[in-house]
Amino acid sequence: MAELFWLIPFFPALSSLLLILFGRKLPRKYIAFQACLAVFFSLALSILSFLSLLGSGHEGHGLIKNLFAWIHSGSFKVDLSLQFDQLTAVMCLVVSGVGFLIHVYSSGYMAEDKSFARFFAYMNLFTFSMLLLVMASNLVLMFVGWEGVGLCSYLLIGFWFEKPSAADAGKKAFIVNRIGDAGFMLGIFFILLHIGSAEFAAVNHAVEAGGFAQGLATLIALLLFVGAIGKSAQIPLYVWLPDAMEGPTPVSALIHAATMVTAGVYMVARMNLLYSLSPVAMQVVAIVGALTAVYAASMALTQNDIKRVLAYSTISQLGYMFIGLGVGAYSAAVFHLYTHAFFKSLLFLGAGSVMHALSGELDLRKMGGLRKYLPLTFPTFLIATIAIAGVPFFSGFFSKDAILTSAFANGQYLIWALGLMGAVLTAFYMFRVVFLTFYGKERLEPEAKAHLHESPKTMTIPLVILAFFSIVAGYVGLPIVLGKNVNLFDRFLEPVIHAPHGAHLSLSSEWMLILASVAVALFGIFIAYVFYLKKPDIPHNLVARFPWLYKLLYNKYYMDEIYNATFVNSTIKGSELVYKHFDLKVIDGALNGSAKTMNTIGKLLSSLQTGLIKDYALVFLLGALILLGYFVF
Amino acid sequence: MPILSLITFLPLAGALLFIFIPKEQKNLFRIFALLLALITFIISLTLFFQFDPGTADPQFEERAEWIGYGIQYHVGIDGISLLLVLLTTFLFPIAILSSWNYIQDKVKEYHIFILILQAGVLGVFVSLNMFLFYVFWEAMLIPMYFLIGIWGGKRRIYATMKFVLFTMFGGLLMLVAIFFLYSSYYQATGIYSLDIFELQKLILKPEIQMWLFLAFALAFAIKVPMFPFHTWLPDAHVQAPTAGSVILAAVLLKLGAYGFLRLALPLFPDAVARFVPILAVLCIIGIIYGALMALIQKDVKSLVAYSSVSHMGLIMLAVFSLNVEGLQGAIYQMLSHGLSTGALFLCVGVLYERAHTRLIKDYGGVSKQMPVFSAFFLLAVLSSVGLPGLNGFVGEVLCLFGIFKANAVWAILGITTIILAAGYLLWMFQRVMQGPITNDKIRSFPDLSLREIMVFVPIAILMFWMGIFPGTFLRKMDTSINHLIDQVKNRETYFSQASDTHNILGIRTDSRPSQESKTQKEEDSR
Repeated sequence: MAELFWLIPFFPALSSLLLILFGRKLPRKYIAFQACLAVFFSLALSILSFLSLLGSGHEGHGLIKNLFAWIHSGSFKVDLSLQFDQLTAVMCLVVSGVGFLIHVYSSGYMAEDKSFARFFAYMNLFTFSMLLLVMASNLVLMFVGWEGVGLCSYLLIGFWFEKPSAADAGKKAFIVNRIGDAGFMLGIFFILLHIGSAEFAAVNHAVEAGGFAQGLATLIALLLFVGAIGKSAQIPLYVWLPDAMEGPTPVSALIHAATMVTAGVYMVARMNLLYSLSPVAMQVVAIVGALTAVYAASMALTQNDIKRVLAYSTISQLGYMFIGLGVGAYSAAVFHLYTHAFFKSLLFLGAGSVMHALSGELDLRKMGGLRKYLPLTFPTFLIATIAIAGVPFFSGFFSKDAILTSAFANGQYLIWALGLMGAVLTAFYMFRVVFLTFYGKERLEPEAKAHLHESPKTMTIPLVILAFFSIVAGYVGLPIVLGKNVNLFDRFLEPVIHAPHGAHLSLSSEWMLILASVAVALFGIFIAYVFYLKKPDIPHNLVARFPWLYKLLYNKYYMDEIYNATFVNSTIKGSELVYKHFDLKVIDGALNGSAKTMNTIGKLLSSLQTGLIKDYALVFLLGALILLGYFVF
Repeated sequence: MPILSLITFLPLAGALLFIFIPKEQKNLFRIFALLLALITFIISLTLFFQFDPGTADPQFEERAEWIGYGIQYHVGIDGISLLLVLLTTFLFPIAILSSWNYIQDKVKEYHIFILILQAGVLGVFVSLNMFLFYVFWEAMLIPMYFLIGIWGGKRRIYATMKFVLFTMFGGLLMLVAIFFLYSSYYQATGIYSLDIFELQKLILKPEIQMWLFLAFALAFAIKVPMFPFHTWLPDAHVQAPTAGSVILAAVLLKLGAYGFLRLALPLFPDAVARFVPILAVLCIIGIIYGALMALIQKDVKSLVAYSSVSHMGLIMLAVFSLNVEGLQGAIYQMLSHGLSTGALFLCVGVLYERAHTRLIKDYGGVSKQMPVFSAFFLLAVLSSVGLPGLNGFVGEVLCLFGIFKANAVWAILGITTIILAAGYLLWMFQRVMQGPITNDKIRSFPDLSLREIMVFVPIAILMFWMGIFPGTFLRKMDTSINHLIDQVKNRETYFSQASDTHNILGIRTDSRPSQESKTQKEEDSR
């Protein structure tokens, strides 16, 4: 079975194609069944391939399948070739596993939507693109998946395209992603030109053989990172992700957890050998990650839209992953990616379930006291919140701690401190959401209250499963102090990730770091408890005291406005000026001017053509005389 | 079987036949023209399957004495023209089918001109004699002149005059240059010849090359069109009927690029080396300028026209990068641009037939009313922005890589196209197709009819095929491209010749570098 691993991405692809072609004629039940089944096949095959990889021992280099020569032209040689190694295995399991649950959930969530088939066609296409991205054995094919998820985000964020805001958000996602893609493509070109191949194996081989000078490695690593910034929504290209919640909620879950935004993290982890060559590039990655982690968390503090809070939290959590990558803790970053996929998708799906219960309400100010009405949504959402907040023994704790410990161990104290700061904010804003949604007074609209109900089973069962994983997923990567000197997750990834052996911490300092993490998490939760349950007037007082700060955060530092004013509007205004004054006036003016001159000359000449025979006879005679004179003299 | 003559003159014969059919038989003209175009396409497929990709020599050659003094009827194709011939024969039936209902007036004349146009375009692609090339090049203008001038929009006369004057101006300069080449060849050898491959053996003084190259380059640059000779294009497109726009964008613009590949580059290698930096700058300006202009157009057709300026800029920049990846990418992108821009114009035509307006602001929310159309339109947009998996990506990535290999700065500037193209096309798509329905007329739009679907389906299939299996087409041109590069880069130039002969004109005895000298050169380059 395992040698058929290359079929993994093609189940959803086929399903998507069928749905696009015939979806409008198929019954809804069948559509949902087919779409889920396709992803389930991918999941099952991923599990089988994973097991066989496990069985092959730690030295296994994974499988590779070259399907056919794709683009061959001169020195540009790219094959359609898929691979399945340890890193791919983790990604495939996350993508198809979480993706499958999201598909099942969607069949309930989208049950009323008119474009049911279109929705599942896009979801399947999304899953396919992401699987292709993580299974590609070369950078160019990876780029196909890379752009593919960009397309699917465009289609799904803009799913309700009648809404101008949704159409806007979809377009924004695609264009911002393309900015990153341009950098990514240049990075690929440098690699192709330099080593004549874009295969990961060839790149790694060249790195090991000393084929990359440090300057070149830095340049390539940074260019590729531009792509990662776009796809994984880091500063300064994060602006598309908060708007992405215009799409149906399961789409947000898919984008934020299983697919799309993790692509940048995966790419850097995949290219870890090259990144390790360049301390400059690594430092840039770590700094961007740390700044984004805090910056995005600060914006999450004041949002009243439940999905927006979660969106900023994703950006912030991705920042943590980049901290991990930047300090050389590649496998810790992938570990966080993996745990994050469970609790973040759970948070989004939980939010979707709340919305479903409240007839589409998203505003935290119009919720409250929901825990008794939503007996499954509430505990699962709480579990996810605890996990993301970094409370011990939940998955998020282990992975976040692994990243922060590595940052500290590598002497990146400032980055570590920023990470801790982000952790306080995370614990605070997430519990703010929980308290405002599920505790306290009911602030529901009467209309919403009348229809209040827990979601159907197709939606709640995925929640329960995800909650289970949000708790236990972390136990495969216990820190060394707890895990009997073996971190299974790190060990599994060892054949792919050649982490530089950073400074080892003493046991006592590792314990100390863990305690620090725990302390900040609890502190954040405590503050949220005081602010939103104990003394709800404190936040109001703070807002009254620092209105400018509140406004700044609430309006997301006015970044969208600044981008619009500087990049978007100036381009459009400038182009309009050029069009009016250059294209129409100068170029066409020159042309029409010369046409006019010709016209005038023509008119002058035409006055010679009087049409009278005697005039012509006169000219004829004159000519004859001149000729005669010429010959005679 | 003289396949090339058959496909070139079959449409022309049809056009002649039409003269004798009474003009009331509207449907007869439509069906007959479509059949002729389809038969031509099917015959041209044999070219594709019988083509030998192993040689750069012209294939399916036909030669006949015509006027004498070197003016021969000489046709043939190589790996470069093969695919452009196929693009032409593929798109004409689609163009005819697309104008089925739209053209109600002077149906007979319309189809006569379309068929003459097809013959003219194919003639340019298959000509191996420079005189023949020129005749077809100019002859093509006549049907296009009438197609825009009779069936065009309100400002059709202005547009068609501009189009014809621009093109003829370039054409005349080219004619002068052809005569100069002709007499130079006669002086050097005592033989009259206008054979394109024969003339490539001439080794001219760099100053002479420079002037001749400029004459040819101007003619072709206008046709492409390269910045700053592009302003005829938006006008012509906006005024032309749908089929005219499709053919203009998909095929006629390619003739300019083809002219560079077939004539300007291999004939004047010294001049090419000298002018490439300047031409590259024009291309880069064209890429960015065209995209920015596309961004702010209020008329959908004019937007797509400016997008062509931008895309053709990229294609030409790839041509001037003079390496395998760039040239192969350029030709691939020419095919690809033919499909995607052709499809975009077809989409605009579908909208225009329903609403009789091309202004973006008159639309909005059409997707809801026409879901099937929306799918094809989106596909055309995505193909045009170079989404991987579709045709546009393969051409674009090869072009960009070729450019990158030639000059990284060019590539960094050129790569902005992938961002800007997404900007102007998606923004247009949003304003036309998405959002709420603002114009009540839209609520009565019928979705695509079966005929309209049949127009799009072949294009859609080919888009996917070209995106996933590019080898089908790339492999046909490998040898010819390598040969062309050899011609431009490794050919003996005037300077390499100048040491032993001080003539203005030289002639090489061996038509193509022998295997020996080739390996010699390879060793030298190492």
